Amino acid sequence: MSGLAASDAVLRGEAAFQAARRERRRATLLAVAIIALCLYVSAWMSEVSPGVLLAGLPRVTEYFLRILPDLRWAALFADSETEGSLAHWFYRADAWGLLLLETANMAALATLGGAAAALLLSFFAARNLARSAWSARLARRTLEALRTIPEIVYALIFVWAFGVGALAGILAIMLHTVGALGKLFSEVIENADMRPWDGVRAAGGTWSEACRFAILPQVAPNLISYSLLRFEINLRGASVIGFVGAGGIGQEIYTVISFNYYEEVSAIVLMVIATVALIDLVSERLRHRITEAAGVR
Amino acid sequence: MLDIRSLSRRFGAVTAVDRVTLAVPAGQMVGIIGRSGAGKSTLLRMINRLTEPSEGRIFYAGREVTALSGKALRDWRTDCAMIFQQFNLVQRLDVLTNVLIGRLNHRPGPFGTLSSLFKRFTAAERAMALEALARLDLADQALQRADTLSGGQQQRVAIARAMLQEPKILLADEPIASLDPRNSRVVMDALRMVNRQDGITVLCNLHHLDTARAYCDRIVAMQSGRVVFDGPPEELTPSRVQEIYGVSEEEFEEQAAAEAPLRRAAAAA
Ligand SMILES: Nc1ncnc2c1ncn2[C@@H]1O[C@H](COP(=O)(O)OP(=O)(O)O)[C@@H](O)[C@H]1O
Ligand SMILES: [Mg+2]
Repeated sequence: MSGLAASDAVLRGEAAFQAARRERRRATLLAVAIIALCLYVSAWMSEVSPGVLLAGLPRVTEYFLRILPDLRWAALFADSETEGSLAHWFYRADAWGLLLLETANMAALATLGGAAAALLLSFFAARNLARSAWSARLARRTLEALRTIPEIVYALIFVWAFGVGALAGILAIMLHTVGALGKLFSEVIENADMRPWDGVRAAGGTWSEACRFAILPQVAPNLISYSLLRFEINLRGASVIGFVGAGGIGQEIYTVISFNYYEEVSAIVLMVIATVALIDLVSERLRHRITEAAGVR
Repeated sequence: MLDIRSLSRRFGAVTAVDRVTLAVPAGQMVGIIGRSGAGKSTLLRMINRLTEPSEGRIFYAGREVTALSGKALRDWRTDCAMIFQQFNLVQRLDVLTNVLIGRLNHRPGPFGTLSSLFKRFTAAERAMALEALARLDLADQALQRADTLSGGQQQRVAIARAMLQEPKILLADEPIASLDPRNSRVVMDALRMVNRQDGITVLCNLHHLDTARAYCDRIVAMQSGRVVFDGPPEELTPSRVQEIYGVSEEEFEEQAAAEAPLRRAAAAA
């Protein structure tokens, strides 16, 4: 009796399950078709065709082959005067090292300054702390505007205004960082526990004191972690921003590429990759430490 | 003397507090009882203006509290300290700094605010905080982070913070609802101590009638935002409770206690 009823329930359940799965598959297929169509249309509009891709691919490999150094086993560890030695390949390693240091410095300064300004603005932009609808809107629109404009556009403007050099690059990256971090910061603040806020306000604390004592201690680990992540991103930004004359290693990369100093291209790119990877590694470790220490309790 | 005149607060269609009129002489310890949702928290939060009233006025010593703003409002909040069911401490700060938050509004001018923002407190202020902590039996925990303390200890830290405000009134919103019986007694004893020794007026939301009877000079019972009883503890007999709430005292406390965790979850969401 009960076995019969159960199997009936199983049959009905299985039928419903199959119907639901058919429905889900149909929806997935439809979505895939729509995305494929969109891709095709956008490729057609921007004149990307498989033909161009196929024709270009061999040239990409050709370029990579060309920038490879012409190393000779016998002379590998000879001095920089000898063709085919490592020292000859990296003959300007000291100058590039200095430029890389400048690049890392630019990224660090821009991240620091950007994070500080983002911190100030994010308290105004966070919906849960808003002093007035008006100031909150102003802060949010400012952050939006700052992050919509790409770094390279800021860089062009600042190179024009302050001349070629690292200052233009630092300012450019900093402005974009304010916008990008400010949004993330204000979202972290919006998730903060508001009970300490009531506590400080009820004690007669001002708005800024409540931000400082009730909110900042809660959100600080997250903000630091986001800032380090941004530093990693800014490091990449700083290495190309020199293309437009805004300082750092980018200017050198641009020169060697446009003058077809093939071996130097590979030497610099290797150094950049090594530096970025190293800093990423350290920064990632730090971030994990911070979030773990904050999460333990 | 705290003088509340026909005070109301509506949240949309809900009237949380409905034309409450109360006069509380200085130095009294008042227990406010009622089921969850009766409007006790809203009433207390309107007194120090964390919640704005919809109608009615509040006076203290001839001054209209409901008309204050800016610095005057902050001064009023300093005069009527508040402690909360969930303690509302800054969990990631040490106990001493949490207590010093009570001094924030005693540091005059932009320079005072600026040094506060950098957590620069004077030795005298620290001494005051340590003294308050010692009085509440917490001197050894001063440098521990607040989140390492038990609930009862955290509530006493909150009382120490309130004491540093040097208030005239202390508002306590269900101060023992999150605590076990032993810690509840310690916290209620501390409230009575500041009431008796420092002459601070205490308004305390409770849902245990026995606690209210044991500690308070006067009991105010609320139901659906209205005051339905106001008198000395002796008058709130079990039969009177039955008459007001339509249930026995045991049932009343069961209802109040059962609903408390639910509300906590809602507040956290
Ligand atoms: N911020 C708010 N928004 C909407 N409704 C609220 C708010 N605060 C309280 N209420 C409502 O007001 C009524 C009284 O709440 P409350 O003062 O917290 O009662 P009690 O503290 O006695 O439990 C309840 O119906 C509650 O849902
Ligand atoms: Mg309440």
